[in-house]
Amino acid sequence: MALRELSSLEKYLGLKKPNKYSTQGDKKVPVLQNNNGPPLVGLVTIACHLVKEAKRPELLGDSTESRAVVQQWLEYRVTNLNGCTKDDIKTILKDLNIYLQDKAYLAKNQFTLADILMYYGIQPLIVDLAIQEKEQYVNVTSRVGSSEQLSVSRRVRDQSEAPISPTTTTVDAAGQREGSGLTSCHTDPASQGQNPGP
Amino acid sequence: MKLFVSEGNPHCLKVLAALGVTGVQCDVQYVNHEETVVPFLSRPALPALLLPSGLHLFSSNAICQYLFEVNGQESSELCYQWLEWEATDLQPALLEALHMAVLQGKGSEVSKVLQGPLNYLDQSLSKGNTPYLTGEAVSVADVVLWAALYPVLSESSLTLGECKSVKSWFDRVAAMHSCQSAAQKVLQGKGLQGTKSYMQRQPAPRSSHCRDTQPCNSNPAECEEGERAVSEEEMEAAVLTWSKDLNAGPLAADRQHPILPQEGKRNILVTSALPYVNNVPHLGNIIGCVLSADVFSRYGRLRGWNLLFVCGTDEYGTATENKAREEGLTPQQICDKYHAVHSSIYKWFQIDFDFFGRTTTEKQTEIAQNIFWRLHEHGFLVEDTVEQLRCENCQRFLADRFVEGTCPHCSYPEARGDQCDKCGRLINAVELREPQCKVCRRTPVIRSSKHLFLDLPKLENQLEQWLEKSTSTGDWTANAKQITRSWLRDGLKPRCITRDLQWGTPVPHPDFKEKVFYVWFDAPIGYLSITANYTDKWEKWWKNPQQVELYNFMAKDNVPFHSVVFPCSLLGAQDNYTLVGHLVATEYLNYEDTKFSKSRGVGVFGDMAKDTGIPSDVWRFYLLYVRPEGQDSAFSWADMALKNNSELLNNLGNFINRAGMFVTKFFEGCVPAMELQQEDKKLLAVVGWELQQYIQLMDKVKIRDALKHILNISRHGNQYIQVNEPWKKIKGGDAERQRAGTVTGVSVNIACLLSVMLFPYMPTVSHTIRDQLNAPQSCINTMLQGSGSFVCTLRAGHRIGTVSPLFQKLEADQIEALKKRFGGQQTTAQSAASAQPAAVPAPAAPAAEVATVNGVDPEKAKQLAQAVAEQGDKVRALKAQKAEKAVITAEVAKLLNLKKQLAAAEGKSPEPAPQKSKKK
Repeated sequence: MALRELSSLEKYLGLKKPNKYSTQGDKKVPVLQNNNGPPLVGLVTIACHLVKEAKRPELLGDSTESRAVVQQWLEYRVTNLNGCTKDDIKTILKDLNIYLQDKAYLAKNQFTLADILMYYGIQPLIVDLAIQEKEQYVNVTSRVGSSEQLSVSRRVRDQSEAPISPTTTTVDAAGQREGSGLTSCHTDPASQGQNPGP
Repeated sequence: MKLFVSEGNPHCLKVLAALGVTGVQCDVQYVNHEETVVPFLSRPALPALLLPSGLHLFSSNAICQYLFEVNGQESSELCYQWLEWEATDLQPALLEALHMAVLQGKGSEVSKVLQGPLNYLDQSLSKGNTPYLTGEAVSVADVVLWAALYPVLSESSLTLGECKSVKSWFDRVAAMHSCQSAAQKVLQGKGLQGTKSYMQRQPAPRSSHCRDTQPCNSNPAECEEGERAVSEEEMEAAVLTWSKDLNAGPLAADRQHPILPQEGKRNILVTSALPYVNNVPHLGNIIGCVLSADVFSRYGRLRGWNLLFVCGTDEYGTATENKAREEGLTPQQICDKYHAVHSSIYKWFQIDFDFFGRTTTEKQTEIAQNIFWRLHEHGFLVEDTVEQLRCENCQRFLADRFVEGTCPHCSYPEARGDQCDKCGRLINAVELREPQCKVCRRTPVIRSSKHLFLDLPKLENQLEQWLEKSTSTGDWTANAKQITRSWLRDGLKPRCITRDLQWGTPVPHPDFKEKVFYVWFDAPIGYLSITANYTDKWEKWWKNPQQVELYNFMAKDNVPFHSVVFPCSLLGAQDNYTLVGHLVATEYLNYEDTKFSKSRGVGVFGDMAKDTGIPSDVWRFYLLYVRPEGQDSAFSWADMALKNNSELLNNLGNFINRAGMFVTKFFEGCVPAMELQQEDKKLLAVVGWELQQYIQLMDKVKIRDALKHILNISRHGNQYIQVNEPWKKIKGGDAERQRAGTVTGVSVNIACLLSVMLFPYMPTVSHTIRDQLNAPQSCINTMLQGSGSFVCTLRAGHRIGTVSPLFQKLEADQIEALKKRFGGQQTTAQSAASAQPAAVPAPAAPAAEVATVNGVDPEKAKQLAQAVAEQGDKVRALKAQKAEKAVITAEVAKLLNLKKQLAAAEGKSPEPAPQKSKKK
């Protein structure tokens, strides 16, 4: 699964030459044979490497603070999301939902690698959720939608210089939202960088 | 920026170590494991860092990375990789290992769980062939992995196979002072067991090896807080004790000097580190040695031990010579002057020495030279030629602290001649790069001269055998054991004991007649010579290890000289000396989050305390309440006022005063008859339990912890009065009046018990209470005997004296004024460096972590802060004068630039904090 994620990431980053990966251990930890040095081991390590290779350092955060926040969620992804139980999922979604209440992305206003890998981790977990459950975690599900668009859509990638602010207008103070489900998020460049206000 | 941590949590060890290593300035707050700090997480997550933007970091690894990056060290790919491995591979194994070792007592099986990850680490280290995980320098990966492994690897009882590379890497990282002190803070020197309270709150790990996870029910730590259940048996026992007779034994006689060891008694010799004579002691010095030793001595005398408490001023050395030159006096005159200053300060603080002497005496010369000759005869002194720095301008050799230069190990620019404050390594002065004479700032030259060395390596075996015994049978504080262990681990080296100076004990050897003893050879001998000046029979104390127990009190920077160097002198002298059995070392006391500084006028010094108008007892109480026991603490004016008003006035004083006033007002000053009911019996049991805790802790010299139990008793008492309302019942019928009498009688007896327990802490208040209650002298020797017994000492009919309030409120404006007067707020670049208690010459102050790691530079920050302040004034002045806009704009730009530099020098992120969202 980690390997699929890495190749999706490569595509999103527009890397021309796909890398060859192997895995090690019972947990199938991805390994990248690196021409310039020792092999790189681990999903987060390799993902960060790819981002740098693609010369997109802003995806790792553009300030000391946001770089730390990005690293934190990347770690969260590989420690809390991997191998979690049904109950864990509920807690994780609940926490994320609160966290994202006043943020467009995990690192506030900026779309980063953390959003991409969290999306890859969460998406398979929530496709199983019933619609009502999705409603509970509106802040998460709507953003997962936005990540999906960013990560798979060629069109979005071409516009990546003007990143999409997907959902900031979809949630009002009362938690009501326009649209529903994964595909209904609209983009609204004007609201870029703002948090949903009351 | 604020960091939240909890004790015993290994992840908090990571971040505190990273904070120390990077030197980033940040508030640290200790909270409970269960405290919710991160608002959006369902489960408590610690450590947590509140960022300037208002976001929280709740992953320890991300916090560490952040701290390193703030400090200018960005993580490499290899770093990322190690951190990811730590989080995904090592942590699950560690959690399981800790669970087994700490909660299930299956330490022997730990190696099975950890072998895989440790082998991987070992192979990587030996393959990489670099001292640290990612290269030649310490990176965030080293700190994180070291801290994660610390609980298991520092525990020698766990055998972890043959991972040589891991071991040497681990020791290398552990050698950094910041790491050691973080470990001490988080695990309290309890090693693996220090994590217990944390582990008990972790979900049981999903075991990868054995699935027989047993539920762990016994949880003694849990019930420590909150109501303690009292059993019927405890109540019975408490009532029995209550009705016991007062100790009919001989009254505690006044001390008969000279006090000498007695057959069949517990003979205790207490020393406090000798304060150095050239300075006025500050509060940190006072709590670190003399006050702590005084409390223990007073307590010991109450317990009926045969106890001698000696101290004195340490007077030899270059610092005295210098001070004499400064003040235009002879060294002897300086010593006389400051000895008197010290004496009067300790008198004001009611330090009850049996003898307060000094080191510049005949006896000192006699005993020091005798020990020297014995060491010489037994072949424990070696001769060597030493290259020394000499300042031709000042015409003298620059010993130790009189030369400064760049550290040869870490390039810290202000390393001293004997030690680097930054990396903590000991330095030979000639190794310093770019040395400078501290007095005239010229470059000294290297000269060689012959010196004598104490051959510590030759004594190492003997020392270790003795240490093994002393530390296992005596009460050594955790920091004392740890510092000693680290000295032994690094291997002992011969130590020079002679110096090219004039003001000292002369070396008697004809080949060295121009020289004197090095203060650290000389000063501890002061304990012996001071005792010898007290009594001719001093050898009954000092050459009598069978009968005498020796307690040394000091701040932690003095530990190695009392646990390694001095014992080696005495062991090598082979004269049946009494060696230290209990080494009690405090951490450092800071002043309002900065350090005491004589030159900057920051802090309260011994001679000023009495000018504050606050009674000596209140000073003692507060210093003991914040005694740096187990971790650094800080003196704070606001906190002092708070503790005075809440604990002394509203809790303790209020209770004792109410109890006495009820007797006076409702019962004409005579203690009423008491008919104990269930509720009273329960209170007796609870109070008796607190008393036992107090005694257990005091016996172990846990002075601060014991004080909490005194305050608990008066809290119980207040509650008891509040619930029973004797002032209402006294107006009721016979039964109710009877009840009011019982409650009053029990309360006033608790007050009497409190006066005894308070005696070591607040001697004057203790006396005042007993005077007010007219309590018999015998109550003192009765209640603190054995494991403690709460006896009814004021029986029905006993007439008490005149009752009056014990404490006064400290008003906010009064405290504000004091705070201003003593400069607590003038700090611009707050330095986390600690007050170095200057007791005894303090050659080693390893804890002074002046952070100048990459960009973080308190010195520069201070200058910049000054510049910012000046520029700010300029801008305000221009605006006030309504100057031209362009001019103002230019000056504002300058100001902003300065502020940015300041932020960088303080280790803060230079980016302006992003706008906080409104919805929070």
